[in-house]
Amino acid sequence: MPTKNKSTRLSVLKTYKLYIGGQFPRTESGRYYVVNDASGNPLANACLSSRKDLRDAVSAARSAFGGWSGRAAYNRGQILYRMAEVLESRQTEMIRELQQRGASASQAKKEITACIETLIHYAGWCDKFQQLFSSVNPVASSHYNFSVPEPMGVVGIISSSENALLGLVQAMCGVIAGGNTCVIVANTDNPLAAIDFAEVLATSDLPGGVVNILTGNVSELLPWMASHMDINAVLYDPDVKLDREALAQTATGNLKRVIKFNKKDVLSPYRILDLQEIKTTWHPIENIAPSGAAY
Amino acid sequence: MAKKIKTLRFDTDWQYDPAPESASAAKINAQYDLFIDGRWQKPQSGKYFETINPANEKTLSRVAGSNEKDVDRAVRSARQAYEKVWKKMAPAERGKYIFRIARMMQEKARELAVIETLEGGKPIRESRDFDVPTAAQHFFYYAGWADKLDYAFPNKKVAPLGVAAQIIPWNFPLLMAAWKIAPALATGNTVVLKPAETTSLTALKLAEIIQEADLPHGVVNIITGAGKTGVAMVNHPDVNKIAFTGSTEVGKIIQHSIAGTNKRSTLELGGKAANIVFEDAAIDQAVEGVVNGVYFNQGHVCCAGSRLYLQESIAKEFIQKLKDRVATLIVGDPMDKNTDIGAINSKNQLDTILKYIQIGKKEGSAIYQPACSLPKKGFWCPPTLFTDVAQSNRIVQEEIFGPVLAILTFRTDNEVIEKANNTPYGLSAGVWTDKGSRIFNMTRRLRAGVVWANTFNKFDAASPFGGYKESGFGREGGLHGLTPYLEII
Repeated sequence: MPTKNKSTRLSVLKTYKLYIGGQFPRTESGRYYVVNDASGNPLANACLSSRKDLRDAVSAARSAFGGWSGRAAYNRGQILYRMAEVLESRQTEMIRELQQRGASASQAKKEITACIETLIHYAGWCDKFQQLFSSVNPVASSHYNFSVPEPMGVVGIISSSENALLGLVQAMCGVIAGGNTCVIVANTDNPLAAIDFAEVLATSDLPGGVVNILTGNVSELLPWMASHMDINAVLYDPDVKLDREALAQTATGNLKRVIKFNKKDVLSPYRILDLQEIKTTWHPIENIAPSGAAY
Repeated sequence: MAKKIKTLRFDTDWQYDPAPESASAAKINAQYDLFIDGRWQKPQSGKYFETINPANEKTLSRVAGSNEKDVDRAVRSARQAYEKVWKKMAPAERGKYIFRIARMMQEKARELAVIETLEGGKPIRESRDFDVPTAAQHFFYYAGWADKLDYAFPNKKVAPLGVAAQIIPWNFPLLMAAWKIAPALATGNTVVLKPAETTSLTALKLAEIIQEADLPHGVVNIITGAGKTGVAMVNHPDVNKIAFTGSTEVGKIIQHSIAGTNKRSTLELGGKAANIVFEDAAIDQAVEGVVNGVYFNQGHVCCAGSRLYLQESIAKEFIQKLKDRVATLIVGDPMDKNTDIGAINSKNQLDTILKYIQIGKKEGSAIYQPACSLPKKGFWCPPTLFTDVAQSNRIVQEEIFGPVLAILTFRTDNEVIEKANNTPYGLSAGVWTDKGSRIFNMTRRLRAGVVWANTFNKFDAASPFGGYKESGFGREGGLHGLTPYLEII
């Protein structure tokens, strides 16, 4: 730990914890790992999350799902916009954080800016994508019939390790804009930005449990995520090295939808649609002949 | 003051006379080969198996069994047709072929209905009025999409996937073939389809229609066989897409075996639908809806309303009316136009249903079956309902796929939502109430792909169908039914 530098004041080191259910708990396992700065000096201790932490996070995400998906889409949009506002006001700090991990000033600024733009883009989609993907279906009987997208439920996200923060924000936005809740596993290599971002989430009206962030080892947590019976879908970043076959096989336990995040088309309502089911509703239409002959 | 329950009087001095449909409308060959590359080919397996009429156990025909070589031949034929003909064809022309198939099905509707009933055991009234017309509608509906795909997905380009391997069940043989083939062709894919072992004949009749329609050779290949044939189709390396309708168990095996490959899949799997009746519902209509919901097609319906939730205040009255109505259902000869409940599709399925009826009794539930005389030959199960059932009972949790209804009660909206959603399935659900705001509260909160309000078991080519959770994924029907067969770029 860099306890002293050239200035006389002893710097205050930040403790990085997990983000579960709107709280910042330590990992129940008591395990940690050291995160270094760009020159290899220890920067912080991060939590090495366990299977139990994952289960707690899923439980928080499930509890939050009813409230989040049931909220007015307009309200979800305002909350995403609020997240962008808070990130904007904390960008200096976030840029410094990325620089400590080796990003150049311009890279760091570019990444944070892109995160803010992504949040704002999706804030706008919250109450619009439904109209693009819904339909009133012209059935051949006397029924009113319509189809609408609905969120899948709890989504496990394996986010990118390169451009760690932007990758996380991009994957998360489509998921929560569509009313899902999520558990994000931020890769070991660069977890600090993710937890800093959790502080943004915690101060931006996002209900606790909608987004949960774990730091740790993807290869350790992924099998548990894939086999968890209360996760509805897994969204993974193609840049993360993982055993795609094992993931797909384990996910069949409860037929989780396993979705590769499409990085080529990030700002798109189709990224919301990736995590939606289509529900079709029928109701009879009373048909009374105008001539009065029917009654 | 206790409300007096008015008994619905269905009894009458008038009796139904037999009204049998004639089997002469059906031309069934003594033996069928495989339909590969536009012609009938002998199976390399050299094997044939018998297919019977489940209503009298008489043999109807002999059907070819396909081994891995046969599957390979069918896939190669589909690949060749895809690369050389189908994907290059002008979309409007593709559409015209599909329109042509739809029309020919309509022309041969009576024959198709008769064969569907002879081989499947379902009442002729259902195959005539539902299965066959809806199957033709599917071809007609998707034919029109063929040259309009550029308008379906805003701001996107689309491309077909290639060769689709399609495996369908025995409960709606022709309709499921239509659900699978029509959207696949409209989107520019070619097809290898396998009907279920006990119900091959209408799919083979469809092959005859396809031949007559002069569809380019190899665009649709229809091969028959048992589960092993399906395994070979799923594992064939040159297949791009698997479309499966069947049990959740088999769906999971399929998904497991294509893990790590680039094969896409659509799974339409099991269900255990909740049908919820509130005290303000139109009770007599709801009774009809519940009967149709669970006894339609002998209960061989993945979206059957097999869990009935009655609001406590009306439970007694409703159960009495339901029993009165069930007692009037006509069980027997599927070819009789008055029959409500036909034959169980196979001995195997009958055993499964009877096993669950025993489980229901052992778990302590009260059983009701109307007195009805069942034919000596064939496979039969009278309409059955259970009361005094607990949410945790196996007959509430597991799919039976037969004419068996489990009846439970509830007091509040929140309670019934919890109970209805408390299942790994999520295919369909029903709600009966006179109150509009309650309908939308319920339909929104039920976690199921299809929700019927004040109706049940309605289907249409324009209406997307498919499940949440372990009932599978992907949609069939409507615009949303195009997606599973397209690369959206």
